[in-house]
Amino acid sequence: MRKGRITRISGNMVTVSFDSPVMQNEVAYIQHRNERLKSEIIRVRGTLAEMQVYEDTRGLKVGEEVEFTGDLLSVELGPGMLGQIFDGLQNPLPDLAAQCGYFLKRGIYMEALSGSDEWEFTPIAKAGDRVRAGDKIGFVKEKMFRHYCMVPFSWEGFFEVVSVEKPGKFTKNQAIAHLKDEKGNVRPVSLCQRWPVKIPIRAYKEKLKPTEPLVTKMRLIDSLFPVARGGTYCIPGPFGAGKTVLQQLISKHADADVVVIAACGERAGEVVETIKTFPTLVDPRTGHPLSDRTVIICNTSSMPVAARESSVYTAVTIAEYYRQMGLHVLLLADSTSRWAQAMREMSGRLEEIPGEEAFPAYLESHIASFYERAGLVSLYDGTLGSVTIGGAVSPAGGNFEEPVTQATLKVVGAFHGLSRNRSDARRYPAIDPLISWSKYRSFIDQAQKERGQWLLRKGNDVAQMMKVVGEEGTSLADYSDYLKSEFFDFVYLQQNAFDPVDEATPKERQAYVFSFIDRIIQSDFSFTSKDEALHFFQQLRQLFRGWNSSPWQSEEFERTEAEIRALLAERIKAG
Amino acid sequence: MQKYYSNITQIVGDVITVEAENVGNMELAQVITRRGTSLAQVIRLDGRKVFLQVFSGSRGISTGDKVRFLGHPMRIPTGELLLGRIFNGSGSPLDGGPALDENLVEVGGPPVNPVKRIIPEKMIRTGIPMIDIFNSLVESQKLPVFSIAGEPYNELLARIAIQAEVDIIILGGMGLKYDDYLFFKETLEEQGALSRSIVFMHTAADPIVECLLVPDISLAVAENFALAGERVLVLLTDMSNFCDALKVISITMEQIPSNRGYPGDLYSQLASRYEKAVDFDAAGSITILAATTMPGDDVTHPIPDNTGYITEGQFYLKNGVIEPFGSLSRLKQQVNGKTREDHRTIMDTMIQLFAEYRETLEKQAMGFEMSAWDRKLLKYGNLFEKKMMSLEVNIPLEKALDLGWEILHECFSPEETGIKRSMIEAYWPGTHEG
Repeated sequence: MRKGRITRISGNMVTVSFDSPVMQNEVAYIQHRNERLKSEIIRVRGTLAEMQVYEDTRGLKVGEEVEFTGDLLSVELGPGMLGQIFDGLQNPLPDLAAQCGYFLKRGIYMEALSGSDEWEFTPIAKAGDRVRAGDKIGFVKEKMFRHYCMVPFSWEGFFEVVSVEKPGKFTKNQAIAHLKDEKGNVRPVSLCQRWPVKIPIRAYKEKLKPTEPLVTKMRLIDSLFPVARGGTYCIPGPFGAGKTVLQQLISKHADADVVVIAACGERAGEVVETIKTFPTLVDPRTGHPLSDRTVIICNTSSMPVAARESSVYTAVTIAEYYRQMGLHVLLLADSTSRWAQAMREMSGRLEEIPGEEAFPAYLESHIASFYERAGLVSLYDGTLGSVTIGGAVSPAGGNFEEPVTQATLKVVGAFHGLSRNRSDARRYPAIDPLISWSKYRSFIDQAQKERGQWLLRKGNDVAQMMKVVGEEGTSLADYSDYLKSEFFDFVYLQQNAFDPVDEATPKERQAYVFSFIDRIIQSDFSFTSKDEALHFFQQLRQLFRGWNSSPWQSEEFERTEAEIRALLAERIKAG
Repeated sequence: MQKYYSNITQIVGDVITVEAENVGNMELAQVITRRGTSLAQVIRLDGRKVFLQVFSGSRGISTGDKVRFLGHPMRIPTGELLLGRIFNGSGSPLDGGPALDENLVEVGGPPVNPVKRIIPEKMIRTGIPMIDIFNSLVESQKLPVFSIAGEPYNELLARIAIQAEVDIIILGGMGLKYDDYLFFKETLEEQGALSRSIVFMHTAADPIVECLLVPDISLAVAENFALAGERVLVLLTDMSNFCDALKVISITMEQIPSNRGYPGDLYSQLASRYEKAVDFDAAGSITILAATTMPGDDVTHPIPDNTGYITEGQFYLKNGVIEPFGSLSRLKQQVNGKTREDHRTIMDTMIQLFAEYRETLEKQAMGFEMSAWDRKLLKYGNLFEKKMMSLEVNIPLEKALDLGWEILHECFSPEETGIKRSMIEAYWPGTHEG
């Protein structure tokens, strides 16, 4: 065992002197009385290694011993992660609570996956098959999925299957198969494997361009600023604009197989809500509780900062693992700014020359390489899997010019900018349609979508003008465009998160209603006065509100639609 | 046998460096000077060099003075004996009472496991309609009062503390004027609340390092009571002074500043304090109300900005009243559905109409003509400001809801409020008996 000794302690950074080789990003344990504190080497200079400690450093002394492990910070990948709540180092929080009670005691590390749970294994591969990293050997059933057991991703080259176990019950560490490498060494494969979190899993044939939309059932997102399966998006917004509520809604309704939630440096209370409510909510797609498709990585703001930095990597590694099974995974990181701040804190302690707002110079490349772990991939057997990443950003002062937002905007495929004005006006979701964008294709007809966006801009221009010249100085034509734009905003872009129907709109309904509204947008109603126009759109809005909260294709839906059509027909006749 | 070290090699700001061995990070020490003995805390270790922040400041420390390490981190006595007592930022009595050294707990303990928290659902009634009706305070919530210097934020905190239905009040004062300290003390005494209160007071004249300790010791004591099943309300005023103290120390330690001189870990520092607010599964709770003064009334300043991202909403105190727009209790939805059935209706309707009133005010100011509807709104707005918003008003929630109906009745017809029929029938004054 290679060892070192502490020479310096500053906050959560410890400097260690060593005399045998050490590795960058190697995990080491500090021996403090009977505690072992996990840490990671982040810089080596001469015979001194600087380490970030994943725990509170109180009480540590100069001269205490440090053990180097030779491993990079890794997670355990295998069945049993769905429905689980981990901290940033993959300690299962419910197990920690069972052992330690109310508080997170430092230096307690637990097995991520239960060693005693038995899984019903079914083989796929046969003796004699030629396989490589990522190929499927068999599967166990985890919640509603086939959880494939794969050749460990870290194994290089090709292998010959020597033997595969017959169907039966296995624990995570028992061998389910034996493989022979090209040199003739036989190695066992078990249900679980380890993978270093900061390295992307690359056991696939190729990365493809994301094209299929990932339906979030939020109309404003899906119709105007869509997200693609395997794509990336970010949600920056000032505090109180509804980032977290939006992420929570997406985690409930998004059309993904598995959702990984990384609660990174945010309020514990918000995670508690997810932890307590998800097991009681049924996912209409599968009939299972929402928690069955969810993995929560929870490193809230008062938990150690270094583990906050690793929590997003832990989350994305778990997401990539489920992708390897041909599943579509959505990773929601809330908030990536806290992760960036963790990097800043560390960089400050390392006394690196600061960049803008004291963020380190490598901020951009770290953000870019994190988002680049998203993607749609074609696996070796031809099936598709994807990781979609949605990151919330909390810009200081709500100012999008700050480094984290800017670095993120460079690399994401869609930008959902929340605005204080919209949230103050209680227009939810508070995504500002005038500043947001998406590079992905919507399932809404392109021409219709462009007309909608044109109308929003026009409506905004007219509203600005009206502030100066008043209603009386505005032409009737402009005024009716303004009313149309407000109408579009109120009945389509805004969505009531407290209404059981309106909170989630499926794709078909969005397409249907959008083209319905498009016809209204294109109609010339030939109003004779502004009051008449205002009154008409108020009536229309009232009817649409009712329409939005009636279930898709229900009797009530049809009836309200007929009423709307009647109102429109009457108006067009009058005009 | 504890050793004395007398090799002080550096004195910068309130941080001294002494050469010593076998010292633990964050450990406490005594610095013995001609002026007396002060506590100090280890904040960095570098080889044999030990960096200590001296609680009473470095003024008068000589390089020949002695330092004795105590072998333990900062601890604070807890328990019933503290009730009714007043201490300074290092935990020494200010009220002439005896010093306590029983039931010592470590300050700044580990965070709560999120799975051991519960979803908060108990409302704290304050008797202030702007809080009770519009932004209900919830047990275990952490909520700052954003205001500018000169606003009556300390009066507001004191009032909430006295009226709130909690078991124990802990007041942590940071950088307060001596007058404010006396104000709190007298108010708690007069209202007979001192016997269930504990005060940790750092005034503007006290050494800056003690300011840093106030939130930690207040919360450590609170946590101890909460674990014993008590419902504790912690008042922290003014957190901006705490942040400024952080800034002073981090610059003394030559840390690279991030934004306007504040340290890069300001968010984590604030979060580790505010996140102590908790509702324990099968035990008591901690609720935190803090005053945050915004330099230049600028909410994007690093202090209010980082605070806003951490806390569960905020109250804006402006011109002596709680501003309905911008103020937010993120947890109100957890409780306001379970008070009285008309609570949410009154909340939504009155705010919506008040927003319209503000628009009308703007129109009026620009010289546009006032319609009949505008005049109704003006009447409504005036009544609302006088009867609801004024901090003089002190009535229970139910009375406040009734008052809401009366104001609406006085200004509008039922249809004009947009309230649904069943509610009107049940509550509109004159349509039901009693």
